[in-house]
Amino acid sequence: MAINKIVQNLADAMAGIKDGSTVLVGGFGAVGQPNQLIDALTEQGATDLTIVANNAGTGRAGLAGLMAAGRVRKIICSFPRSAGSVVFEELQAAGKLELELVAQGTLAERMRAAGAGVPAFYTATAYGTYIGEGKEVREFKGRKYILEEAIKADVALIEAWQADRWGNLRYRTSGRNFNPVMATAADLTICQTQHVVELGELGPDDVHTPGVYVDRVVHIPYGDPPPAQP
Amino acid sequence: MSVASTATAAKPAPEANNVKGWSRQQMAQRLADDIPEGWYVNLGIGIPLLVGNAIPDDREVVLQSENGILGMGPLQTKDNLDTWIVNAGKQNVTLKTGASIVSHSDSFAMIRGGHLDLCVLGSFEVAQNGDFANWTTSLKSVPAVGGAMDLAVGAKRIWLIMEHTSKDGKPRLLEQCTMPLTAPSVVKRVYTNLAVVDISERGFELVEMNPEITFEALQARTGGKLHRPS
Repeated sequence: MAINKIVQNLADAMAGIKDGSTVLVGGFGAVGQPNQLIDALTEQGATDLTIVANNAGTGRAGLAGLMAAGRVRKIICSFPRSAGSVVFEELQAAGKLELELVAQGTLAERMRAAGAGVPAFYTATAYGTYIGEGKEVREFKGRKYILEEAIKADVALIEAWQADRWGNLRYRTSGRNFNPVMATAADLTICQTQHVVELGELGPDDVHTPGVYVDRVVHIPYGDPPPAQP
Repeated sequence: MSVASTATAAKPAPEANNVKGWSRQQMAQRLADDIPEGWYVNLGIGIPLLVGNAIPDDREVVLQSENGILGMGPLQTKDNLDTWIVNAGKQNVTLKTGASIVSHSDSFAMIRGGHLDLCVLGSFEVAQNGDFANWTTSLKSVPAVGGAMDLAVGAKRIWLIMEHTSKDGKPRLLEQCTMPLTAPSVVKRVYTNLAVVDISERGFELVEMNPEITFEALQARTGGKLHRPS
């Protein structure tokens, strides 16, 4: 049977996500963020989740909505506090959310490593700082580095501009951000896409994320160019 | 009696209180004048962003934004609004002719791999051994780190642009940082409203002084020994 990763609705896209999962969520601020997938995950009901994302949500919808619903046990991110991160701050104050603060480049590299089969790596980032405290230090050629472990996830929720039935993806400008690396680092990668295109319409040189990394694609058009969503 | 040991405790001389020195715009221009054509440069949020506007249009300096833009242009206007293009501060920016977009993992590989000639950052404090503290004033509340620690160790040069003293007149160029470090021993040069200071093995090296201030008054506002050019 021909490969077809396109699913018809958000419920099918979320099928099988278990309690206790580690979930990667793409996006940088409001751009390239899989908002409808996040809402669908809230609807689906999985709980006790560990979320990996650059930000910890703003307002009360999207990622903040998932957190407000009490589904998130822990968040791993680089920029938890920003204008409007009210739900994060409330949960933190109430002691109901664990935070692991990670430098942004280390966050990306920990997922890149997972996707490439590398269990851990050394980086100079955060050596000698609060974030680096307690981590293994090793010196190479006179410079000190700390050991950071890969983040391998159960699920990635990502957003693309164009996708075909093989799951080949192409992103648009700043919508790319964490999406390609997250696609590689999860057992189940679910993509919401603005446009579904015919197989072959994305030329081999235009595919940013090859379909091998993608399991499910759901078509969620919301404008061209899209409005940045909150 | 060493100048340095008294400087930390000393209140600024009365005449020094009236010296405002260079404006932020002038500081940014002074720094921009030192960036040669052909450099790849990341500008932090805040005063560093003014440096971008101070680089003349006919000098080709390629600006990087850590969310994956190489070749960033000025902020968008209503005429070219595309909310899908954002910089690291989540402002809508333009792309210059010749620009490229990469993912977060590629962008931070570029940063951490030493491919950027310069990163300009704001800071709360800098020490005479090149340590600096710019990500949080305290660990009591949950801080956000973003890409600061990656940029700090990855770029070939770190230049800071900052006010010479705090609002209540306390030195920000210090023998030792008091706030949580962003990175140890990385700062090469500091541009302030009162001076341009290099950091060498022996500490703060005065490069240029604002003409409104005397050396003694500048030293009184600096929490570490200032070495005059020999």
